[in-house]
Amino acid sequence: MSQTVSSFLYSKEHEWVEIIKGNLVKIGITDFAQNQLGDIVFVELPQEGEEITANESMGTVESVKAVSEIFSPVSGKVTQMNGDLEDTPEIINSEPYGQGWMVTVELNNPDELKELMTAEQYSAFVEEE
Amino acid sequence: MNMLKRTPLFELYAKYGGKTVDFGGWELPVQFSSILEEHHAVRNNAGLFDVSHMGEVLIKGPDAEKVIQYLCTNDSASMQKNQAIYTAMCYPSGGIVDDLLIYKIEEHEYLLVINASNIDKDVDWIVSQAKGDVTIENQSDRIAQLALQGPKAEAILQKLTSSDLSGITFFHFRQDVDIAGVKTLVSRTGYTGEDGFELYVDALDACTLWEKILEAGKEEGVLPCGLGARDTLRFEARLPLYGQELDKDISPLEAGIGFAVKVAKEEDFIGKEALVRQKQEGVSRKIVGIEMVGRGIPRNGYSVYASGSSEEDEAIGYITSGTQSPTLKKNLGLALIQTDFASVGTQVEVEVRGKRVEAITVKTPFYKR
Repeated sequence: MSQTVSSFLYSKEHEWVEIIKGNLVKIGITDFAQNQLGDIVFVELPQEGEEITANESMGTVESVKAVSEIFSPVSGKVTQMNGDLEDTPEIINSEPYGQGWMVTVELNNPDELKELMTAEQYSAFVEEE
Repeated sequence: MNMLKRTPLFELYAKYGGKTVDFGGWELPVQFSSILEEHHAVRNNAGLFDVSHMGEVLIKGPDAEKVIQYLCTNDSASMQKNQAIYTAMCYPSGGIVDDLLIYKIEEHEYLLVINASNIDKDVDWIVSQAKGDVTIENQSDRIAQLALQGPKAEAILQKLTSSDLSGITFFHFRQDVDIAGVKTLVSRTGYTGEDGFELYVDALDACTLWEKILEAGKEEGVLPCGLGARDTLRFEARLPLYGQELDKDISPLEAGIGFAVKVAKEEDFIGKEALVRQKQEGVSRKIVGIEMVGRGIPRNGYSVYASGSSEEDEAIGYITSGTQSPTLKKNLGLALIQTDFASVGTQVEVEVRGKRVEAITVKTPFYKR
């Protein structure tokens, strides 16, 4: 059974979004996603200042076996990138919603958040996958 | 409708937390706990794999040896009963039909252990090429295979039998060994770079043997292991995988298994002419080890370029297998590249998702026990 955080929003591509304040959000991948990937050994993330677009690739996460794209759930400018993941990407496995966060983003279009799922909706979505 | 093939052990996967995937038409566990945990268990203690998907073909009759000599690149003439050898089976072009183990069961009886995804192709090939007084039986569905691998494999297995396992040396085997009440062919072979055994049993006995071994090896830290760890382990030990390092378009000499090609053997064999020519002229490409210098993990199919080459320059080869080595913690790959760039220490570039990343050729195997 995969975990969710009730106050976060979720994408169909298994990313989560936490609204920090105003237009600032934090993004990572879900517990379901990290569990599907298995041991994560490498991540490539957008740099600070980079513009990312909703539903487009913003980086990759690699497990021992495979490479997966990280799709940005929102559009905006990256204000911070979690540099700790370069040396210890395995934090994503142990703390997908905490220390394993990936980037913070200043939203271009806050309306995009309406497209995302609640924790409850996401859990139901994952059940069906 | 589920059309995936299953091994006799399928029913036990869930009990041990197995996460299954489609592996060449088979529903097999990629991992039970985690690939890294299982990998380290095999390097440090022991791991148990279900490799029942592998194929087994029995060839017997007065002409069995002749048929095998003609089909295979290695020389089976000096094989003793209860000995196994590794070989390639080639097309006339020198490309590889499959890589396999030959077990000499009796004077005129051999068991060939072939790759799961090649079973039908191999059996057709063997049948079409065999001449003389032999019978060829595909026993793949009847025989299950377990692999117990790791430095503690012998200690664990010894608990389940009165037969002295230390007497079975590398690439030898013993037939009809009673392991926990199960009649087993015990072979000191494996595909992980560790000491260990491959156990061949009747499919009906596979589940019993699996559970008895895991029970017996608890103290030693044995773990059930999936295909994920099998792949990282064989990769570190530079053991080739059919479809990646080996292929119908790759010769054993290019693949670095020239030790299994005996062009001097008395009998003619399929592919001999092409392989003799390759030996005389030298191969134009070969498999080398690659270590990433820049950030990135080399993966199967990624292009390799000469260092400092421009956008227009052609690739010098491609990655056949690659991952982050769990034992060495380095991003490593095997690459089939032009021989001119194959000497150890050559700087190259690997194209990782559109970006050229610096790498260097290194010695293999990456890991040796």
